[in-house]
Amino acid sequence: MRSSTTGWLLLAPTLVILALFGVVPFIYVLVISFSQWNSFAADPVLHFNGLDNFRALVFDTDFLKSIRSTLLFGLFAVVSEIILGYFLAQLFTRDFPGKGFFRTIHTLPLVIAPIAVGAIWRLLLTPGLGPIPTYLRIWFGIDLNISRFSDQAFAAVVLMDIWHWTPLVTLTLLAALSSLPKDPFEQAQIDGANRFQVFWYVTLPMLKPAILATVFIRLMDALRTFDEIFMLTSGGPGDATRFVGLYIYRVVFPKKDYGYGAAMSVIVLYLTIVMCWLLYSALVARRDLRRPE
Amino acid sequence: MRKQSAVVSIALWTLLSLVTLAPIYWLFVVSAKSRVDLFGSPSFLLKSFFPDNYVNTLTDPSFQKYMLNSIIIATSNAVLVTLLGFLATYALSRFKLVGKENVFFWTITNRMAPPAVFLLPLFLIYTQVVAIGDWRLYDTRIGLILLYCVFNLPFAVWTLRSIIDAIPIELDEAATIDGASTFQLLTRVIFPLARPGLAVTMILTWIFAWNEYLLAATLTSVQARTITTLLAEYVSVTGTNWGQLAATAMLTIVPALVILGVVQRHIVAGLTFGAVKG
Repeated sequence: MRSSTTGWLLLAPTLVILALFGVVPFIYVLVISFSQWNSFAADPVLHFNGLDNFRALVFDTDFLKSIRSTLLFGLFAVVSEIILGYFLAQLFTRDFPGKGFFRTIHTLPLVIAPIAVGAIWRLLLTPGLGPIPTYLRIWFGIDLNISRFSDQAFAAVVLMDIWHWTPLVTLTLLAALSSLPKDPFEQAQIDGANRFQVFWYVTLPMLKPAILATVFIRLMDALRTFDEIFMLTSGGPGDATRFVGLYIYRVVFPKKDYGYGAAMSVIVLYLTIVMCWLLYSALVARRDLRRPE
Repeated sequence: MRKQSAVVSIALWTLLSLVTLAPIYWLFVVSAKSRVDLFGSPSFLLKSFFPDNYVNTLTDPSFQKYMLNSIIIATSNAVLVTLLGFLATYALSRFKLVGKENVFFWTITNRMAPPAVFLLPLFLIYTQVVAIGDWRLYDTRIGLILLYCVFNLPFAVWTLRSIIDAIPIELDEAATIDGASTFQLLTRVIFPLARPGLAVTMILTWIFAWNEYLLAATLTSVQARTITTLLAEYVSVTGTNWGQLAATAMLTIVPALVILGVVQRHIVAGLTFGAVKG
């Protein structure tokens, strides 16, 4: 048996880098969050002020609004992606010529830089330049301007996320679908179940762990989305698409109010961890239930 | 009957592919049109290729600098992450270490955290805390190369885990009996067998580092800026140069799209931390 010292030595560089660039900033932001530190103030040094920042944050309606819109965005985007992705995955389970080719095309958006995705959609949606507002006006008489109408901007951001990330859901669920055992489906057919019954009583229960895992990964990513939205709407119009990441970047950063910004970061991180943990335990619970079979 | 359903499938997928490709194609159309042709009635048809946007971009000194930075940062980060991830994963896979499963799980939490949360502490650390004389981590390539490890290393460890676990431990034992040191074992036995997995890891981490925007935008100002930050710079209140923005965006996404062909089969496993085999 080789000594565990060698093992730790092999692990050391990874742990040191993650500690220095992951844990240290975390502790640092925690410390600042309990202090008053504003580099624009008359006294720009760090003072310990207990929970003052957090107390102020609870009444910061702009911040609360940004949390609400972030969650709404995550909800709309992920639910649509799961439903759409499931149907596409079902379509892909059938064999047909050229499947590999279509699969590759479907994967393309996944590797495009998010900031470039934002640029692409801005080119599509800018009135006068992009084809979408022009054709909507000519064909349906709809006035589309995402820099003026809040609802349209929000919808556009969700739509962009759907275009960008549905392929991931499709491919994840496709992998899960093709690994399902065939017997239950044949049995259900013999028993005369219709398509909806097969879906509801056979496919869905067996697919649940995969769906939950996909929701987990997608939701975590959706809640931290920044680049695309920064490029497409920059958080506007007003605060319609100013999700927490953008709020920290656009409002907290320019103010140089470090203590307040740190407290905000800590709350966002806390909420993320709680959500992550809730979803994760849901995931593990399902797995445990499945095990006795 | 079967033939009919194949036709329906192909028809549906053609339609979907158009939805996927149209936005990317539009980016190309904008990049290949002159400023005058852009406005008015938008047309998906391209009568002639207008090369000026590409010429202007490619001859722009800041584009060249940013591109070089991106290449250096993404490549160094991918190599570093794959190497360190390889060593770490081997340790996690083969050694009896106290609490190693906790360590394994902890690595991934570094990737889950929203980057915006760490902007403030990182900005302060980069501009003020780490100070060696006049030297700061801020606006340096090494600063970004090391920082990108925070999201890429956990990814590498999680994807490589199943690959190294799959290499039979009997090979290690045989090599050890023959008197191989840990270094020889790693380089002569494990590395050749893990090479395909390492290549995929390196390519995917390269794409992630290449695509990163927020940290690069916050932690650099002049010297170490990357190509993604240039895209945001083109959009301005005084008027955006759409053609050049599109040309730069094309040049930014093309490397990743080309590489996709090589790792297409692995991208799903990659993006779900190996939870799903594509």
